Amino acid sequence: MHSVLSAAGVEAQSIQSHWWLMFWVTLVVTLVVLGGLGLAVARGLRAGAIGRSDRGLVTGISLAIAVTVVILFGLLIDSVITSRVLASQRAPGALEIEIMAQQWWWSVEYQHPEPEQRVRTANELHIPVGRPVSIKLLANDVIHSFWVPALNGKLDAIPGHESTLWIRAEHPGVYRGQCAEYCGAQHAHMAIVVVAESPEEFEKWIQAQRQTAHQPASDPERRGLQLVQQSACVMCHTIRGTAAGGRMGPDLTHLASRSTIGAGILPRTPDHLEEWIRDPQRIKPGNRMPALALPDRDRAAIVAYLEQLR
Amino acid sequence: MRRVLAVVVLLAAVGCERERRDFKLPNGDQLATTTRLTSLQPGAPSPAPAFVNPLHDNAYALSEGKRLYSAYNCVGCHAQGGGAIGPALMDHRWIYGSRADQIFSTIAQGRPNGMPSFGGRIPEQELWQIVAYVESLSGNVRKDAAPSRNDDMQAAPAELSRQYRPPIQTGHR
Amino acid sequence: MSATIVAREITADHIAAEQQQLARTWAQPRGLIGFLSDVDPKRIGMRFIVTALVFFALGGVLAGLMRIQLAVPENHFLGPDLYNQVFTMHGTTMMFLFAVPVMEGLGLYFTPLMVGARTMALPRLAAFGYWMFLAGGIFLYVSFFLNIGPDNGWFSYVPLAGPEFAPGKRADTWAQLITFTEVASLVGAIVTIVTVFKFRRPGMTLDRLPVFVWAQLVTSFMIIFAMPAVMVASTALILDRLVGTHFFNQAQGGDPILFQHLFWFFGHPEVYLIFLPAQGLMSTLIQAFSSRPVVGYVGLVVALVATAFMAFGLWVHHMFAVGLPAIGTSFFTAASMMIAIPSGIQIFSWIATIWSGRVRLEPPMLFALGYFVIFILGGMTGLMVASVPLDLQVHDTYFVVAHLHYVLIGGAVFPLFGALYYWFPKFTGRMPGRGLGVASFWLLFAGFNLTFFPMHVLGLHGMPRRVYTYLPDMGWNTLNLAASSGAVLMALAVIVMIVNVIQSLRSGAVAPDNPWHASTLEWATSSPPPPYNFYPEPVIDSRDPLWNDPADLPIVIGVRADRREVLITRLLDAQPDHRYHSPDPSIWPFVTALTTTAMLIGSIFTPWAVVWGSIPPAIALIAWFWPRPSMLNDETHPPENARPELSAATGPP
Repeated sequence: MHSVLSAAGVEAQSIQSHWWLMFWVTLVVTLVVLGGLGLAVARGLRAGAIGRSDRGLVTGISLAIAVTVVILFGLLIDSVITSRVLASQRAPGALEIEIMAQQWWWSVEYQHPEPEQRVRTANELHIPVGRPVSIKLLANDVIHSFWVPALNGKLDAIPGHESTLWIRAEHPGVYRGQCAEYCGAQHAHMAIVVVAESPEEFEKWIQAQRQTAHQPASDPERRGLQLVQQSACVMCHTIRGTAAGGRMGPDLTHLASRSTIGAGILPRTPDHLEEWIRDPQRIKPGNRMPALALPDRDRAAIVAYLEQLR
Repeated sequence: MRRVLAVVVLLAAVGCERERRDFKLPNGDQLATTTRLTSLQPGAPSPAPAFVNPLHDNAYALSEGKRLYSAYNCVGCHAQGGGAIGPALMDHRWIYGSRADQIFSTIAQGRPNGMPSFGGRIPEQELWQIVAYVESLSGNVRKDAAPSRNDDMQAAPAELSRQYRPPIQTGHR
Repeated sequence: MSATIVAREITADHIAAEQQQLARTWAQPRGLIGFLSDVDPKRIGMRFIVTALVFFALGGVLAGLMRIQLAVPENHFLGPDLYNQVFTMHGTTMMFLFAVPVMEGLGLYFTPLMVGARTMALPRLAAFGYWMFLAGGIFLYVSFFLNIGPDNGWFSYVPLAGPEFAPGKRADTWAQLITFTEVASLVGAIVTIVTVFKFRRPGMTLDRLPVFVWAQLVTSFMIIFAMPAVMVASTALILDRLVGTHFFNQAQGGDPILFQHLFWFFGHPEVYLIFLPAQGLMSTLIQAFSSRPVVGYVGLVVALVATAFMAFGLWVHHMFAVGLPAIGTSFFTAASMMIAIPSGIQIFSWIATIWSGRVRLEPPMLFALGYFVIFILGGMTGLMVASVPLDLQVHDTYFVVAHLHYVLIGGAVFPLFGALYYWFPKFTGRMPGRGLGVASFWLLFAGFNLTFFPMHVLGLHGMPRRVYTYLPDMGWNTLNLAASSGAVLMALAVIVMIVNVIQSLRSGAVAPDNPWHASTLEWATSSPPPPYNFYPEPVIDSRDPLWNDPADLPIVIGVRADRREVLITRLLDAQPDHRYHSPDPSIWPFVTALTTTAMLIGSIFTPWAVVWGSIPPAIALIAWFWPRPSMLNDETHPPENARPELSAATGPP
């Protein structure tokens, strides 16, 4: 889900209540003012001679202004209260994640005091339900904005700046977000998927992510690994436990544990993976992955290898 | 009036070339092996093929080439063009030739004393973008297409302000 | 010097002779050179209006292209690169080439008329401003057709528009367009201020100024304070890109956020530059079609001034997602909400005017009523986005797109079309067609709401701005299709308006001086006005001269008719001060604009263009300001009736 109005996180829920208050207040104000206008037009159409004294009218206007001021202050107070609720979500013991936004994907790294316990993935993150998560946002090139509406408002990732966004999921589920600051040709296809699960499932997931790449079992898969190490893939991608150590593109070590490819542009299925590798520019024109000239058989082997990187 | 029109059309053509954004470039065959590393030939030397990098004056390609120059770690040996372990690329001295096809084959084939062979690892269209960028390091591309400064700490003046000097052939340092 | 009232007989023959003399003196210069040398405010104002409306149509076509692309998911009508250029061109066109210039054009046309003057101040400067505006617009569109159109959004954030991530000259096109349009706006502002302060007819004290003139005056002061910020931002951007400065380079001491602050310090007042004249238009229309002066004149004027001041304190509300400290952003929430108060004063005053007036539902009044519905909704969503926590959800989504179109189209375009319909007889001498006018209103109203209301929901459901397409399983399909259908209705509305204009020009009823029985001075002369605007010129005795002034007021005499002369009055009490020889038509504003254009376009490619390119404009400026023989003559040989006098007219008015 990806709507402001179906909040699943603490912060988003607070904002949602604030939204509904503003919605009803402004709806009533709109109806009252437009109703007043309608009455005025009706009266003006009927009117004969024009009265001269504006005194009563000016008093009426002043009264309306006074009511307006009171309503505005009420909305302002609710806004400040909501801001303070959001600010109070900072808590010790949070799960720390660092997300580096790039054109046009998200590099995700789970922090840990011991470097070898850190997990690097891309475009999809898992979080435990009920635990505060602090996301440190960095940007590698231009300004991006991390936004998962069901969990919290957005925060810009600005090159040279570090900013921190706090989320806390209350219900398990899959929450989708998208980059919300125009960042170039493929801004439209820079999605992020947040999977909120129970703490036990989260532990299982992160333990699996800490492992090096799954070893190929069959011949096509072995051939696929060989091809990956011998062709252009290694220039940009990392598959931990192999000779592929490139850092320019998403980490593929556990590609098959993710639900989408290309920052959410396609579901991760063997067919889509094959399509993507054959011609990424047709699917996401302008993105950083070039088309590779590979025979179909070789591509199928690579896909077979990637598909078993659970 | 006709002259004004001619100037406008010329400007338009030039602008079009600079501003083109080709996301899909065909993956052709690797360059045929008529690229010579030396001018020493039997008989009378045949003239060097006139070769122009198709991306030579394309601002987008130059900007991509600059990105790939860092991404593929050319900076590791060549720094920002000043050279370190590898020779400088922003000067007018060339060991293996300064023509676009010669630069292409240098990168694709690799060279003695430490230049890796990137053929098959860098797709052809990206290689041409890098070639175009390398040409810009010595000021060999049009000033309005050349990249400007990076959003980084400045190690060298922007490529668009480099002065072009005619290339000379040198041996290994 | 105080005026002397001299009783003198003014016959009808005298008036006719004077009018003929004036018509010759103020006549439109002929031929191509004459066209390029013209300094008449009505014609320059009309050029601004027509050119701005052409850009409106172009911007609308661009919007149509966007809506076609977004009508269905994963559409291939426009690729990402072209779409990004199209949405940037749409925003840039509408904000810089349509909204501000059209209000400027109305101001240039009507400010002299409404203050009872013969012409505007600094007419050659105004002409220069028009040519710069036209040059900028042509420059932008030619660039677009050459694939050099800007593609980083109408506010062109760095680092995306910076030297590393925006290859080629597209971002420079944007930055230089800013220079063209801001020069044109500054020029219009200066001309308006001087006209309103010094050219008013005797008797038009400041508290008798029409609300529209107040709106233009306040807007002009805002322009002077707001424009420099964006000129700094765009100049710094060009310098970063061309010369290698580090204004926005974090690694060398700059900051990308600096660009945002500089731009939005201008950008927020910019939208009020568009609204305030439109609110002046609203007062004009409501007053005319309620057949009574607006209720709460002082409150309306104070509201304009208060809006202008407060508008400069809101800019950070465009940057709530940047990560600035909460105490700072909360201040801007408060300010952004409080600016609703002056708007409230205006809306309640207008409703009170309608309530106590005699309403005629002519098409201009329909457009004015449409303003209420749409602008109020836009204002309500404005309160929502003013609140930091809510804005953090809806910022940079289609919710904001909906909000900004509701306030801009409701708040400015509806009053504008109402005003164009209202003033059509004054512009052309023909009455506009009523049936087509009503039809165009309903088409626009229905089409607008169908297009933009669903966008509120799209934004709340997660659709960000500036996306060239979207996936089919996001749940956005139906609403996008609805929005695209609404765009068809809006296009139809514009077509109906164009048809109405053409038909009315050809065969509309001939318009009298004051077909709507309105009260402001532009209706006290023929439709269209003569080139010298007014003769005879009765002094002003009340705020609504055509309703309240007696018929036997003194008129102004003593201003020469054999050369272009205007009466300068004093700022506070509008007493006559001296006469001034208004500049004759001159080719030099056009030449200055042409040479400046060459310099500005050249400076995209090399900084030396600024050095060498400033020589031709300097020469043109020297020619422009070369002293006129008449100025020397005045000081040594004042003509015999040098002192302006007021006289009582005893002949026909």
